[in-house]
Amino acid sequence: MTINSHSFPAVEFKSSSFSVPVLSLASNDLVLIEQLLNEKIKLAPEFFKNSPVVIDLHEVNKKQFVLDFKDAVMVVRKAGLFVIGIRSGNEFQQSQAIELGIPVNTAPTSEIKEIKIDSKNKQIKAPDDSEFIASDSTTVMITKPIRSGQRIYSHGDLIVLAQVGAGAEILAEGNIHVYGSLRGRALAGVQGNTEARIFCSDLQAELISIAGNYKISDDIQGAISNTPIQIYLQKNTLIIKPIVY
Amino acid sequence: MARIIVVTSGKGGVGKTTTSAAISMGLAKKGHKTVVIDFDVGLRNLDLIMGCERRVVYDIINVINGEASLNQALIRDKNCNLLSILPASQTRNKDALTQEGVGKILEELSKDFKYIVCDSPAGIEQGAHLAMYFADDAFIVTNPEVSSVRDSDRILGLLSSKSRRAERNEEPIKEFLLLSRYSPERVKSGEMLSLDDVQEILSLHLLGVIPESKSVLTASNSGTPVILDEKSDAGQAYSDIVARYLGENRPHRFIDDKTGFFRKLFGGK
Repeated sequence: MTINSHSFPAVEFKSSSFSVPVLSLASNDLVLIEQLLNEKIKLAPEFFKNSPVVIDLHEVNKKQFVLDFKDAVMVVRKAGLFVIGIRSGNEFQQSQAIELGIPVNTAPTSEIKEIKIDSKNKQIKAPDDSEFIASDSTTVMITKPIRSGQRIYSHGDLIVLAQVGAGAEILAEGNIHVYGSLRGRALAGVQGNTEARIFCSDLQAELISIAGNYKISDDIQGAISNTPIQIYLQKNTLIIKPIVY
Repeated sequence: MARIIVVTSGKGGVGKTTTSAAISMGLAKKGHKTVVIDFDVGLRNLDLIMGCERRVVYDIINVINGEASLNQALIRDKNCNLLSILPASQTRNKDALTQEGVGKILEELSKDFKYIVCDSPAGIEQGAHLAMYFADDAFIVTNPEVSSVRDSDRILGLLSSKSRRAERNEEPIKEFLLLSRYSPERVKSGEMLSLDDVQEILSLHLLGVIPESKSVLTASNSGTPVILDEKSDAGQAYSDIVARYLGENRPHRFIDDKTGFFRKLFGGK
């Protein structure tokens, strides 16, 4: 069998960049390192399973702690990570790395970004082109009338001190409070929070919804306008009830 | 610095151009150098209402495209020399208006004039958007009927989100309500929304109520802004509006059915 060197090269070097977690060590207490490492990994076991990692010794060496790199690698490997590099090691540590078959990177540690591990499941954000988007789980307060065609989204609760015009749409992941007339659409618990409620002082809405269960204005008619009411979900049914003092 | 006023409504046929002509004339008559700009490219009408259609040589699009200077395009009003008109183009469409071009024109006019009145076209597209984009004050012209009120509500939403002041996070555009074609008798008989009905939805600062009046049509057809007809109720209503806008305190009129005793007695209309 001959190798056809014309159709494709069997070996080719290409440059490409990868994003690899960097484990920065700031102590030479291997027992402590092992303990903290395991705690971190517990937060997101799937994320760290067989994950490649580069060990950064900048902090350790800056503090002039003596760290045996071989021992450190053993600890990290025991935690289920693959050590694929060493950075900012001293000469001895680097030679240890070479012995273990771990490549050496002498580049200065300039860009270490902290990887934040979110223990919670990531939520899919509702697609929207709303005019106001509040930062996570805060309450949005609107003091001016919401006009026809406007759309307001809140990641937490939404409080409207004015009216909501017909053709306007207000959405909240939490509760909705409207102190003016509610003529537009109001959707509470849009991320599925079935405990969310809508409170309003004058219900004339086109549509109300909690966690996807909705009523249109035809269904609401006959319900009480101009009295403070609350709307909540009970066994997948929207209940509209006056607020009794 | 000039004050830029946009006259807008969303809906067509509610009296934007009539209002633009009347208030620009009113402001000029009060001694303020005023220019009124027709943004209704392709359906230009302001020149007719102002009675200067025979004197249009260049228009706003010519100025934007650099084919004429602003001074060449401005038409001095024949009734009041403090008032100028910048007509729209009849042969182009609204896409010929550019934000940059309009911005430049307004900036240049700001140096010379005290008030710039922008007569917005109906709708919420390019022409209407650019008419309101640079505004400081907005006159919302609304008829007492549901579709006009809803369209006004929509326009108010756009004013608070799609204007330069909104984008720059400056003090928002001041919004004023002008309720036009109002007929207290028809409100009484339930055919028309009342001022209270309209205000319940819009809750705006009311600048004035303009009664339904034959004098508006007569004035339009003759090419003289209705404000010059001092005997007509509509003309007086616009005079009040201009005075209130300039800070005078005038009581509101034309809201209630004030058919006088003698009129009723003698069956006058």
